Order: sequence, then C-alpha cells, then structure tokens
Amino acid sequence: MAEAIAIIFESAEGVRHEVAARLGASLMEAALMNNVPGIEAECGGSCICATCHVYCDQVADIVGAPSDEEDDMLDLAAADRRAASRLSCQIKVTSALAGAIIQLPARQY
Amino acid sequence: MERTIIVGGGHGGAQAAVSLRQEGYEGEIVLVSDEAHLPYHKPPLSKTFLKAGGAAQLLRPESFYTDNAVELKLETRVAEIDRRAGLVRCDDGAAIEFSSLILATGASARRPPIAGADLENVFVLRNMSDAERMRAEADDASEIVIIGGGFIGLELAHTLVGLGKQVKVVEMGQRLLARSVAPVISAYVLDRLFAADIDVRLGAEVRGLEQAGARAAAVTLAGGERLGADMVVLGTGAVPSTGLAEAAGLAVDNGIVVDHAMRTADPRIFALGDVASFTHWQWQKPARLECVQNANDQARHAAKAITGKETDYRDVSWFWSDQGSTKLQMAGLSMASDRTILSGSPENDDLAVYHFDRDRLVCVETVNRPGEHMLARRLLAAGITPSEADIADGKDALKALLGGPAQGRSA
Repeated sequence: MAEAIAIIFESAEGVRHEVAARLGASLMEAALMNNVPGIEAECGGSCICATCHVYCDQVADIVGAPSDEEDDMLDLAAADRRAASRLSCQIKVTSALAGAIIQLPARQY
Repeated sequence: MERTIIVGGGHGGAQAAVSLRQEGYEGEIVLVSDEAHLPYHKPPLSKTFLKAGGAAQLLRPESFYTDNAVELKLETRVAEIDRRAGLVRCDDGAAIEFSSLILATGASARRPPIAGADLENVFVLRNMSDAERMRAEADDASEIVIIGGGFIGLELAHTLVGLGKQVKVVEMGQRLLARSVAPVISAYVLDRLFAADIDVRLGAEVRGLEQAGARAAAVTLAGGERLGADMVVLGTGAVPSTGLAEAAGLAVDNGIVVDHAMRTADPRIFALGDVASFTHWQWQKPARLECVQNANDQARHAAKAITGKETDYRDVSWFWSDQGSTKLQMAGLSMASDRTILSGSPENDDLAVYHFDRDRLVCVETVNRPGEHMLARRLLAAGITPSEADIADGKDALKALLGGPAQGRSA
C-alpha cells in the first residue's frame, strides 16, 4: 500500500468526507475510489468532460493555476466557476495537500 | 419484491447501479457480468492500458458495491430471460426474479468473413481480457497489421507504433472513419498516421490471412500484395449483443428496440448503451450509438424511469478519440448533415467542422479544441445555431451566444 494523506472533501451542503488519498494519484481518483459523492469523472481523467470540478480556495497556492486546456473546460463546467476552480483529475495528490479541504460544487452535469 | 437485475458490467451497467441508488431506489440490485473484473474504464484499453501496463482503471471501488448493496455476480452469464415467470436463469444454475431488468449487454467484435480470422495471433479489442492477451502478444511481435481503419484500430496503430512496432493499417474504404467524420478530418487523421510512420492502405481489400501452423504469418490483399505480420488485429466494427433479448421475444432491429425512456415493449425490461436502438431526438430516426456518453446517460434515464421519474432521452451525444497526441472530439450527430463550415486549419493541428441540417447546427467535430467541444455541447443542448461569423470569431463569440453563466445540460 502506497503512502497516503488525509484529504477532506466538502459537499455544497457542507457535508465532509475525510479520505485517505494515495500519494501520486489524482484528486479525482482519491474522491472516486473513496466513494465521495459529487464527483462524476465520466471521461476517466482525460480532461475532456469537466465533471470532476472542485473548488480549491484553501489550497489555491499549492495546486496552482490550470493549464490553458483545463482553463477552457472550467469556463463550461456545469456549476459556477470561481477563482480557485480546478478539475480534480488534473491535480496530483502530494504531501503538501495533507489535511486540505476541497469543496465540491452543487452539480457536475 | 423489488429487485432490478442489470445484465452487463460495462459503463452502462455500472452507471445504472450508481444512478438507481442516486435516485433513491430501495430495492435489491444485482449486476451480472460475464467478465472477471469489477466494471472498469474501457477507453484506456487501446491506449494507456497497452502502453503503461498495470491494472485497469475501475469505474468504482469494490466498496461502492458493498456500501450500496449492489450484488455483483461476476464471471456469470445470463442464459435465459423467462418473461412469463419474471426471472433470469444464469449459467451457474441460479434463477433470479426481477421486478425490473436492464439489458446492458453491449456489442461484440464483428469478425469479417476472412479465411484465417480465427488463428491464434489474430485479435479483437472489446474488453480487458482481449487487451491483456494483446499486450502479451505484442511484446514479442515486430510487424503488426490492423484490418479496419475505425477509431479503435487507429488508436491502436498509434499505441503500437509508440511501443516500437512496425504497424500497417488496411482499410477497405477510400477514406478513414468515413461513417463518422467529415472528409477534412479523415485527411488530417491520415496525415498524422503517416507522420507517425504508420503505413496506411486505403481502398484495400483483404483476400485472406496466410497461415503458418496455428498462426497467421501475413495478410494478403486482393491485388496479391503480402503484408508480413506477427500479429493481426481486426478493427472491423461491432455487432450488438441482442441474443438474450431476441430469444425472449423482444423486438430487435440493429439493437434492442427501446422508447424515449429506454424501455422495451415489456414495461419491466430496459435496454441501454451499445445494444439499444432508439429514435434519436436530433435525427428522428432509429440510432444505436457506441460510446461512453450514451451508455452513461441512458443508464441515468433508465434509473429515473424505474424510480417513477420518467424523462425523455434528449442528451447531446458526444465522443472522443485520442489518436496519438491528437484529440479528436465530436458533439451531436453528423448523420443529418447537409452542409459544413470549417474553422481553423489542418496545417496548424487545430480545426473544427460545424455540421448543419439545413439551417440547424447538428454536430461539431473538433481537433485539439477541447474547450470548443464543450461549447458545442452546450450550443446543441440549447438549440442554438451559430452564424458563420460567430464560428470565425471563435470561442468568445460562441460563449456570448449562450449568454450568462454556463447552463447545465438538460438531464
């Protein structure tokens, strides 16, 4: 078992799910493999469906800015885009994210 | 007794289980799959799964099924649907009653009537065990011939050439992906194959496979040419797996015939995904779509119908294919297209083709423009047709047509 850190996913209604996220996986995989509701990830992480949208306000500096491609996709995500919007399939789980709170939008499609 | 049986563990079958619980379904759910694996993502099989190895990417972890009381019967085939008794019989002897039945049996590889098509180094790619066998064989192969220039064959060509193999593609038609994309995209895709040192023969008829013991040694063409091969891949399309439905007396016409809510003529029985034939809202004719989007969205609609919240299936179809580093995407249906507008250029590896049926936008094909693909899906869902000037102006103009913040698709 690879090393893991704690990540907290918070739904639009404020419900929190703390998960053990494997280092090196994507944030999307961490949510999906721990049955966090509110992440669809229809394309499996190819950055083409925008159904794994998350808000990273609390760790915006750590996760950084999206690529141009991801930036385009975020404009068209189903829920409102915010300054710290990202697609979770494009964020790698690193030890710097230990304990991070990641917020989920109200809808993914 | 409330129990839904789902037959088939692909994208559609798994999504049906997910959606039933999301819709609050409280009955039992049994998912029967003839595969040994938990449901997994299929698109990577022709790409990263072959290239990087490792395990398949699961759609949901095993805990999803236990936490949500979805009983999995893996490596099990349904042998018969007994509609009178309201049950299915499995090949392990089990007879399971249902109140609702979802047929998500998918499609299987079409094997063309070519002599030698069943030799041991001739492969098709529909599921993970196909991909595992192909991966093992490809290790030792140096020359590979792919018969059929469709999406899977061409994705495989790029993947295999990336593994250091010599790859040839033999296509009967005069252009690649002829039934799926505009000629300018076919030409671009061909160009990228050539750039990757993949040999492509168009208008080429296969006469047969040259046999050496139990193996194929070459593909011979009608003109007499011999293409040496350590391994042959058949990328010649798929046929819907309708056998169970047919035997149960359900209507089948290039797929199991279903209505707007994925229901067959038997109100307890639904079909969805690759195996379902339905009247497409955009085309107004029977369609059968082989793509992840269609399987997932139809599963959501079937789950709604089973939980008493019936809706019309009117989602925008979309599809993607990664051809090497080229991102090809389609939104909508091009079957009704009678006019196209081109934006961008093949020379810049960046283009889009807008298809119209008279005055109405019906489909947009994009190359390396994922943002514009998303826009196209929104425009099609909203029934908005951009002008030639809007298309020329690009993303900002198209975004302005949608007005206000992004709207969710109708679901």
